[in-house]
Amino acid sequence: MICRGWFPALITVALAGALLFLTLPVAAVFLETSPAALADSLSDPVAQEALWLSLKTTTIALAIIVLAGTPAAYLLATRRFRGRSAIVTLIELPLVLPPAVAGIALLAAVGPAGLLGQSIEDAGVELALATAGVVVALTFVASPFYIRQAEAAFGALDQAWLDASRTSGASEARTFLRIAVPAATPGLLAGGALALGRALGEFGATLIFAGSFQGITQTVPLAIYDRFATDFDGALALSAVLVVVSAAILLAVKLVRGPDGLGVAAR
Amino acid sequence: MSRGVSVGVLLTAALVAGCGGNGASSGEAAAKPALIVSAAASLTEALTSCSSQFDQATVRLSFAGSDELAAQIRQGVEPDVYAAANTKLPEALNQERLVLEPRVFASNDLVVAVPADSEIRSVDQLTRPGPTVVLGSESVPIGSYTREVLARLGDRQGAAVLANVRSNESDVKGVVGKLTQGAADAGFVYASDVDATGGRLRAVRLPERLQPTVAYGVAVVDGAPQPDAARAYVEDLISGRCARALEQAKFGPPPG
Repeated sequence: MICRGWFPALITVALAGALLFLTLPVAAVFLETSPAALADSLSDPVAQEALWLSLKTTTIALAIIVLAGTPAAYLLATRRFRGRSAIVTLIELPLVLPPAVAGIALLAAVGPAGLLGQSIEDAGVELALATAGVVVALTFVASPFYIRQAEAAFGALDQAWLDASRTSGASEARTFLRIAVPAATPGLLAGGALALGRALGEFGATLIFAGSFQGITQTVPLAIYDRFATDFDGALALSAVLVVVSAAILLAVKLVRGPDGLGVAAR
Repeated sequence: MSRGVSVGVLLTAALVAGCGGNGASSGEAAAKPALIVSAAASLTEALTSCSSQFDQATVRLSFAGSDELAAQIRQGVEPDVYAAANTKLPEALNQERLVLEPRVFASNDLVVAVPADSEIRSVDQLTRPGPTVVLGSESVPIGSYTREVLARLGDRQGAAVLANVRSNESDVKGVVGKLTQGAADAGFVYASDVDATGGRLRAVRLPERLQPTVAYGVAVVDGAPQPDAARAYVEDLISGRCARALEQAKFGPPPG
């Protein structure tokens, strides 16, 4: 076989293949769901409770992530100290952990029989098989997405500019709130969207750590799993809702950040 | 899904054809064929041990809730053998011409599993407020057997147990996991599941009048890639090495 101009052909085929492979399953969710089935399954109380629970738990998890993650990321972006890269690596670890490992690890750490299980029980807090446990699972898997992006956003700010604010008499807290956070907002929003998307789709850690109970721990992905055996159309309809919400998140980020979208800001 | 696969095949073909590489010689030395067995989660321990010694084929076991495995078959997945924790699902698949004639190969008892050091001694204790309970979800056999038991307890008692439920797991191993991790005080599982925990859980037996008939059905999948080995595997489940493994794992003989 003669190899002439094979490389442009190969990269074109590769892109076409990737595009088809990545979009076909998503398209199939809609092609296999009739609008009537979609409306039907959304009027189902089980689906509604799952959607409401997902909304509630992801919102709380995102609030926790942003409140704790923003100052933590600011520290990582503005200070150089020994062990910094080790800390960054440890924080990023949940990014690459399989969700099932996250669930088992949470059980081992804060489950009733885990390392801190007794102290948590003594404090009167119930995590396993409770809504709070879902929030813990979502926060665990999603926070690295936000912290990583926020650190990049703060790191991309002009340090001289932040220094100028401080030397002109503003306290560091004021510099952080009035200068750094507004300037880094597009990056922070993108990080928040990534974390939200990850939290919304969380499945394995929730199933293992928090269980599955309608209205308490059964989020939309768990409801999809629960019904796929008996009600495939219903599972498809709920999946369609998640696709729409995820696409809306992605689109919102593109509008805020420009076509660059979710790309990590250059350092 | 099949279209997705063919895209991958096309892409691979394009890459190979792109610049003629060495033609890969097709597999030599045909080893034992691979036999894919979709089996109920409660069969995990028993079948894992005996299937590695199956002569005719290398057995690949896929364990999940029987209902999920049935749904996969309905979506076009074709294992060779389907073994379920009830007879209803194999019979339904047989009606839909997706599997051949099902056969019953084992039975089991439903029990209340509790941690070894638990104070719970009877199912009646689960009708009081306090103990947290984990069940299988309604669509999986363990969940529907459990609801049979609760129905026999009577409306008020059954509802009282349901009020203590904290999780509806997708298969029986999910229930066992929540109990061994101390996340709940009691759960309804099969007697063989308690045996498989090696003493971490204790079984509270149900009174005779509450005990449902738990029968396991197995069928060769219609269009199974390895029909001969599949039939041999079904025979092995009924009277061979796997039948003995099931007996050792505290499964009972087929009822009737």
